[in-house]
Amino acid sequence: MAEDQAHDYPTIEPTSFDVVICGTGLPESVLAAACAAAGKTVLHIDPNPFYGSLYSSVPLPSLPSFLSPDPSSVPLVPSGDDSHTVVDLHRRNIYSEVEIWGAAPEPRRFTVDMVGPRVLYCRDEAVDLLLRSGGSHHVEFKSVDGGSSLLYWEGQLYPVPDSRQAIFKNTTLNRTEKTFLFKLFKLVMAHIAAADEDGEGEASDKISNEDLDLPFIEYLKKHELPPKMIAGVVYAIAMADYDQNTDCCEKLLTTREGIKTIALYSSSTGRFANAPGAFIYPMYGHGELPQAFCRCAAVKGALYVLRMPVSALLMDEERKTCLGARLTSGQDILCQQLILDPSYKVPILDAPSDGSDSNLLRKVARGICIISKSVKQDSSILLIVFPPKSLEEQQTAAIRVLQLSSNLAVCPPGMFMVYLSTPCADTSTGKQSIKKAIDALFAPQASDSLEGHLEETSKNNEDLKPAVIWSCVYVQEIMEGTASSFLSCPTPDELLDYRSILDSSKKVLHCMLHFLLNVPASKVLPQEIFSCR
Amino acid sequence: MHGRPRRPAKPVDEEAASAKAAKLRDLQVQVLQNHHSRTYTKEAIGLSFKLLEINPEAYTAWNYRKLAFQHNVKELSDPEAIRSVVDDELRVVEVALRQNPKSYGAWYHRKWLLNQKLTPVDSKREFGLLDKLLKVDARNFHGWNYRRFLARFMGVPDEEELKYTMDKIGDNFSNYSAWHNRSILLSNLLIQQSKGFESKQKIFSEEFELVTQALFTDPSDQSGWFYHLWLLAQISTPDKPQLIASWPCNGAKLSSSFIKEKVDQNTLSSIWCHSLKERTVPIVLYFNEPVKGLNQSSVKLKSYLEFGKDIHWRALSMTDSGYSNCWTTYLQIANECSTSQQYSVEVSIPCSEDIVSRSGSNYDSPVHFTFTIELISDSQDIDLFDKPVAWNCSESLQSYGNCEPIPFDLLKITSALIEEESNWHFERLSEQIDLFRELPDDNSKFVKLTLARLLLACAAMKSCGRSLIERKRYCDEALGHLSDLIHLDPSHKQYYEDERSSVLMDKLTCDMETFMKHCSVQVQPNSVPLNHVQLHGLSLTCVGFAERLMWVQVLDLSHNSVRSVEGLEALQQLVSLNISNNQISSFTALEPLTKIMFLKVLDLSFNEIGAHPIDTTRYICSSPFSHKIEACEAFEQCQKKNINVEEYWDAILFFKSLKLKQLDIEGNAIASKENFRTLVMELIPSLKWFNGECVN
Repeated sequence: MAEDQAHDYPTIEPTSFDVVICGTGLPESVLAAACAAAGKTVLHIDPNPFYGSLYSSVPLPSLPSFLSPDPSSVPLVPSGDDSHTVVDLHRRNIYSEVEIWGAAPEPRRFTVDMVGPRVLYCRDEAVDLLLRSGGSHHVEFKSVDGGSSLLYWEGQLYPVPDSRQAIFKNTTLNRTEKTFLFKLFKLVMAHIAAADEDGEGEASDKISNEDLDLPFIEYLKKHELPPKMIAGVVYAIAMADYDQNTDCCEKLLTTREGIKTIALYSSSTGRFANAPGAFIYPMYGHGELPQAFCRCAAVKGALYVLRMPVSALLMDEERKTCLGARLTSGQDILCQQLILDPSYKVPILDAPSDGSDSNLLRKVARGICIISKSVKQDSSILLIVFPPKSLEEQQTAAIRVLQLSSNLAVCPPGMFMVYLSTPCADTSTGKQSIKKAIDALFAPQASDSLEGHLEETSKNNEDLKPAVIWSCVYVQEIMEGTASSFLSCPTPDELLDYRSILDSSKKVLHCMLHFLLNVPASKVLPQEIFSCR
Repeated sequence: MHGRPRRPAKPVDEEAASAKAAKLRDLQVQVLQNHHSRTYTKEAIGLSFKLLEINPEAYTAWNYRKLAFQHNVKELSDPEAIRSVVDDELRVVEVALRQNPKSYGAWYHRKWLLNQKLTPVDSKREFGLLDKLLKVDARNFHGWNYRRFLARFMGVPDEEELKYTMDKIGDNFSNYSAWHNRSILLSNLLIQQSKGFESKQKIFSEEFELVTQALFTDPSDQSGWFYHLWLLAQISTPDKPQLIASWPCNGAKLSSSFIKEKVDQNTLSSIWCHSLKERTVPIVLYFNEPVKGLNQSSVKLKSYLEFGKDIHWRALSMTDSGYSNCWTTYLQIANECSTSQQYSVEVSIPCSEDIVSRSGSNYDSPVHFTFTIELISDSQDIDLFDKPVAWNCSESLQSYGNCEPIPFDLLKITSALIEEESNWHFERLSEQIDLFRELPDDNSKFVKLTLARLLLACAAMKSCGRSLIERKRYCDEALGHLSDLIHLDPSHKQYYEDERSSVLMDKLTCDMETFMKHCSVQVQPNSVPLNHVQLHGLSLTCVGFAERLMWVQVLDLSHNSVRSVEGLEALQQLVSLNISNNQISSFTALEPLTKIMFLKVLDLSFNEIGAHPIDTTRYICSSPFSHKIEACEAFEQCQKKNINVEEYWDAILFFKSLKLKQLDIEGNAIASKENFRTLVMELIPSLKWFNGECVN
């Protein structure tokens, strides 16, 4: 097999680049576009026959093999010119505990995001990047209905009012709660406006520093908001992931951080005329985003080769500096900077802290369901959040849910795809939470078709809950980007948006620019790179 | 579009601007030329389009197009050709609206076109245009106006339009136009009793619920409060006009002389009526809302007395188009009578289609009252003005015997309100009060103002017996809110002060016990006892509840902050008035006093007349001096006497219509002008005492 394919591998000319990037995930693609725009020669390769790597969208039938690939290691390639130290690379699988259930009709018509549930804020940096780089020409977005999420609270789903109009129309808040909630919004808006005016503004409009350092949840309690509304603001608008009500919270959100997210949220609402809500989702799935950036890079002269794994690193003698990569085709490519997909395992790096403490790694449990009826009538694309402890006492983190419809060309008409995720410390609790959430949202599968008739009448009571046709639950490891002799980009994280991923990509870019352009890292911003296009 | 700070216009390229101006001027000249020469060729019409495309405000161009359109369409018979002409015209309007969506001319042109009814209206196109426009600016009132026109034109049911307002309010409730249209549509639907709109109570309950959702969400947004104000008016004012007070009141006995021996504690004292000496009886009718249509047939009088001339009712407080709360007539007694004799006069106002309120409701609560007139021909002639009337506010006034100055309960005409209805109204009001008391935004002026209005509406429903205690409690709370508002919102201070004055007067006069503290019978030696009311030093800025004061003959309003005397015109019995030490700033502000026929003593000292170069009362008062023929005559006469009419025109008009015996005006800027005294002497020949000295 290796021999057959070896013939198929193209020979790459030239053999030396400024930057070689392996893997076409979103961070790698953004970096490729940035480097190409900065006038660097870029070779961008991917072992897969498609773009996106860990950020791709795959057809449903390919999902099992994507989540559990054949453990075939990278074929060893005969070493050629050995003027370099060769370090062999291995691929690692970041997915585990995969459980697939049911059978989807016409599976080829479903496209599955590997990063789901995920959306973009209209005012997101990712959107700005797309606009600046010209990537926006290659991808189309649709608005998430109404913008606001549904909050799961005491067994019911409630819309989270996220704007003046939404507060006005909300039927579950009483009048006084409405006043308090809008007052809070107004306060935050005034604070943001005052802070925008060169930090000075009207001091009276600003929230005091003392309050800004307070945990956000305490600040909200000070405003006499009832628990349900606090949960709505904290988990559905300020997007906190971990339980904020415990003393030993891993990530206790301060008022400052909470307000920052609310500011992003509110400035997102109404940014685009055809997107009423704060969030948008890319047509055909998230896999379109890395592709869009790759196209930008290609336009600027980056060279693209798919189906091209890297088998080894080329290092200097002290194994300190990476000089290039050996491709599976056997060809050696030299470069000043190498960027690797996080699915590559580098023995020299992983050696000190390998395997044993994998439990300390951050993880995210994900679920994907196919249903034939929307969770909420009149809405096709919507977000749901299960705040911590809403399902069971042990639930320590929020569970985020995104429902997509055929409008987005990710599934056939009449079908809906639902993504769930929750950060977790160990795999079993994470999976447990996802399953609980699935049970809460959907009716148990009519597993026995014989029972169907008998239960028809009793089912009518519960007829509002859609039934699951197909589902998949798995756990993914999360890795941060690293910078050493070569650079490595982050895996998809547990968050609902790309902010954190882009932040760490930016750091990677800074390191690289420092190296390539010999300018202080702090002085270069990615937007400057794109603005010279 | 709204709520955004205005930015200074960008500095435009001067050359481009002047080029544009030159082009516009050129176009304008050509269009006007075509207009004058009635040139309606295609090219000529095209030019007008070019002009309107740039400047949709060129009204003449629109008119030219109308004429051209009429001219050209006359020659067409083919319906297709007509349609295309109409279509072109509609398109021109659309282009103009793109340039300026608030162009009056463009909107009017479209209405005009549709009204020509040459082709069937494409409702999809029209409503589509509106949708687009209202999406850009949901509050564009031109758009809403056009929508109302279109709905009527196309016969769109009000229910559907009402739904549309709800959609727009759902999009953004900060929309005056949508709320306003809603109030209009609801009024129509309720009047027509359309299906689902039979119960006013149900509809208003729902509307209160809706608007409070908006108010509680954002108490600082004005538009909802305006709608709330409309709702409040709907439930706090009776649907039909009612008579609430009259002079003389039922059972009153008027006498031309006063003989002490006649008075008895148990019988109704007769009231000395100054005007009877001149054989004149004024009748004053006071309604709860402005009405018009009082005449000999709508108000019936029955008496053995003969009244000369035709009985002519005239509005005392003239508001726009002849509606007034207060109406009066002067009965001239024509009978010859030698001995003292009593005559009764019956006044009845039956249900009448003549008497209508501004909202178009007829008067339908019949009222009947009787009073008697005692004519004593040989009564001794009392000269009231032997000595100047002294206003001594420090000394408590000597009251006359045990007699109460006025039979109080008879003053009021309590028309039968429909109990059940008012109960429901009262419940709604109380509900709203409770709600807004809970509204956590404690420093919103809208909340406070609305609370004050709600409380006052509640107070107004408590009109007799023990409930008056509650009325005062409501008044007190409202007064608290109004005082807060004066500090909270200083730019509307005067409005709040006027409101406060009115509430204060309500509180002081609503029940007998409190009112009595301010009432007395004034007895001057050698004179008749006069009903005296003293309201000095209360910081009043205006007069409220004048209907309760119609019997007053001497009124002391000194040491207040009175700026306007509107309302006092109802006090046709008034003989002496003291408004010294107030803030009257001009003679125009005193215009209501000119309607009091028998006012003899007026103390205007220490006001601000003549101190302000600009007379703002002309903008504030609803009835400033109007230009009458008599005015011109008076001016001519003054001119002959070398009086500077330009400088004193308002003084001339004021004094001309009064027959004062005593006037005090010192302490005003105008009084220190050198020829002012001569002017007064000239204008008021009857004057006996001027600033304390005898002049006649």
